[in-house]
Amino acid sequence: MKRRDFLLATGTVGLVLWFPLEGSLQAQESERTAARPGYPKDFNAYLRIGPDGRVTCLVGKVELGQGAMTALAMLLAEELDVALERVDMVMGDTDLCPWDVGTFGSLSIWQFGPVLRGAAAEARAVLLQMAGERWSVSAERLQVKDGVISVIGDPKRQVSYGQLVQGRQIERHLEKVTVKPVSAFRLVGKSVARKDAQEKVTGRAKYAADTGLPGTLHACVLRPPIHGAKLQRVDTGAAERIPGVRIVREGDLLAALHERPDLATQARRVIKADFSHPEAGPDDTSIFDHLLKTAPPAQLVYEAGDLRAGARQATRTLEATYLNSYVAHAPIETHSAVAQFVDGKATVWASTQAPFIVRTEVARALGLPTQKVRVITPYVGGGFGGKSSGPQAVEAARLARAAGVPVQVVWDRAEEFFHDTFRPAAVVKLRAGLSASGRITFWDGQVVGAGEREAKPFYAIPHQRTTSAGSWQGGNPPGMHPFGIGPWRAPSANTNGFARESHIDALATLAGRDPLAFRLENLSDPRMTRVLNQVAERFRWAAKPAPSGRGVGLACAVYRGTYVAAMAEVAVDKATGQVQVKRVVMAQDMGVVVNPDGALQQMEGCITMGLGSALSEEVRFKGGDVLEKNFDTYGIPRFSWLPKIETILIDNPDVPAQGGGEPAITVMGALLANAIHDAIGVRLFQLPMTPERVKAALAHG
Amino acid sequence: MIKPIPFRLNGKRVSLTTDDGRMLLWALRSDLALTGTKFGCGEALCGACTVLLDGEAVRACSVPLKAVAGKQVTTIEGLAKNGRLHALQQAFLDHHAFQCGFCTPGMILSAYALLLKKPRPTRDQIRQHLEGNLCRCGSHVRILDAIEAVASRKGGAA
Repeated sequence: MKRRDFLLATGTVGLVLWFPLEGSLQAQESERTAARPGYPKDFNAYLRIGPDGRVTCLVGKVELGQGAMTALAMLLAEELDVALERVDMVMGDTDLCPWDVGTFGSLSIWQFGPVLRGAAAEARAVLLQMAGERWSVSAERLQVKDGVISVIGDPKRQVSYGQLVQGRQIERHLEKVTVKPVSAFRLVGKSVARKDAQEKVTGRAKYAADTGLPGTLHACVLRPPIHGAKLQRVDTGAAERIPGVRIVREGDLLAALHERPDLATQARRVIKADFSHPEAGPDDTSIFDHLLKTAPPAQLVYEAGDLRAGARQATRTLEATYLNSYVAHAPIETHSAVAQFVDGKATVWASTQAPFIVRTEVARALGLPTQKVRVITPYVGGGFGGKSSGPQAVEAARLARAAGVPVQVVWDRAEEFFHDTFRPAAVVKLRAGLSASGRITFWDGQVVGAGEREAKPFYAIPHQRTTSAGSWQGGNPPGMHPFGIGPWRAPSANTNGFARESHIDALATLAGRDPLAFRLENLSDPRMTRVLNQVAERFRWAAKPAPSGRGVGLACAVYRGTYVAAMAEVAVDKATGQVQVKRVVMAQDMGVVVNPDGALQQMEGCITMGLGSALSEEVRFKGGDVLEKNFDTYGIPRFSWLPKIETILIDNPDVPAQGGGEPAITVMGALLANAIHDAIGVRLFQLPMTPERVKAALAHG
Repeated sequence: MIKPIPFRLNGKRVSLTTDDGRMLLWALRSDLALTGTKFGCGEALCGACTVLLDGEAVRACSVPLKAVAGKQVTTIEGLAKNGRLHALQQAFLDHHAFQCGFCTPGMILSAYALLLKKPRPTRDQIRQHLEGNLCRCGSHVRILDAIEAVASRKGGAA
């Protein structure tokens, strides 16, 4: 819902009615959520003012490292005019917090931010009105500073929010409350200390596996050795002989439970089980042909002009196919959950990005109404899209009910790889034409497997057509992917960004133009032009057609309303195929920036994580088995990989705050592919660009 | 073999009577309810469970209790003294050298072990020392900045 709708939809001015805070609140919330699958309109759902003036902010978003705890607290503090230190965040608790879709898609600030601001602005206006009535003074004559309302020019007449509210709930609503203009911000736009810092540097921060309910048993679930295998015979005798072990079977779930996690693991290891052997599907080399064969019919994403006319205007045509492998999320915290089942109600502490989705999943699995399930989300140890649902929470809840005690499920690293919902492998076929003057006359793109986000190029191309078949979002025919797939940081935009920006670079080379100049000549979007120029200035980009032998490259992208441009310098060891990224400069225009340092952390994180998906990360699999079991074979970025990173945030107060957690990673594949091409004169068409692929490309020219 | 295993944990005497082949990580997290030490990989490949054993950084997931008997163990919970953060903790806080925070205790303890041995390491030495500590959020640059800030301070850190 847009902020304006949100504000206009709130109730009319009414009498001031006081309700005690305890008791009815949870029931009200359940009703509200059930009745309207959207954000609640009552601002009380988002904030509580304590008698001491501290404000509790309640949001269904979760903190998984991206800094939402801090940025959302800033938005509330800004609109309410209280000090940031006085705001306490309660996040991702389905009994206490207003419904939320989930923490993904760079939505927290871009989409939910306006909702929270609207709620806080309305609360502030109501409080001002109440204070005005107390002194028979109109609200215009009042001011607020750090949660204390006073009469302008008469500082003796003052009352704090805490005194005004006295710990009760405000039953008054206003129409047409406006939020602060950007020019009036005193807090938003300044870098602040993260609210989670103290807990995270002391080890006190609690994650799901740290819940520590008395009497908890740790469960190790028996897993099939390969995808699709079914349990046929099982002998748990040896496991049961380990003192303290309980074997629990609940439908298709069979687990070894023990008070100590390591002893539960030991027990699972000695369970003898026979599984069926399903027919072998594709492996990591045959997957691309398999995708092309099994993909659903292509859907039109965008079409303009006439491809045949564009082809006639072209003097040169370039066609290429770009591939990317399955990629794992690999958060350092594996999927974890603790569940307790008491008096017909399940409470689950889960590492998840989507507590309300998990609530539905658990309710469905247990055959309970959603009101009988509470999901609590402690800190999450990284998500990146991989914790968008809660299979481990469902396992813990089912086992807790069956065992009659609290049960903890923490996937080990091999389970995390095996059950991950990978970024889908994909094939992108691109064909484009150039006019004699170096303009792109047509663009014909077909995406298979990835999905359509950012598949349509943002360059000014008169004749174009883009189609997409299959998606990370689902709707794929059974068997297209041999295991689970799902969103991975900026889903599909990574794949499409790699293909688009590689192809643009290849066109620039075909035109004999400098790749920056070629982009600027084929762009008409001033925001993109600006980020490119800014990054070029900082990088000291010297125009030269690629390949120049210098090992420099660039790429740009737009995702979730945020514009990103980056330049890199790489060194390629032609003997080993090893790529060392020496320097990355990145500029980002994300509209209004809430917490600049937080935004920079996300850019740095995207650059660093992107080194992995560009250079090393790929899930290898064969015969239904995921060959990656741990970090020894699945190489995520390490300290020695680090380039010098320089980040630039472009101040753009004319555009509301856009997404910040994902956009920057969408440039990384092509950025490095283009720099590698510039270094060695050979282009790589497949991610990741491993040393073997670099060597193979050099060998084949 | 089940036997008493006495050791010093964050300066205090403790003794566990359990199978001495069990790994220190689970004794810390489960038997002793100290959850600041994290499980990440179980095979000494990620560094999330790094603790100090007689001043050396070790991976608690792969150190059996029999190797701990009679020794000193330091975990993230033992770093702050009298409610005052250790200089490394303060530097991680000041530099925002974390995002999700899950690798943070291991990072801080790895750095602590380095500074105990070598109070003024160069940035490259810090980088090499932390090579086995994984961070998925990409806080690497800030982690290096934080440790370097402590290391370059007069008199070193520890």
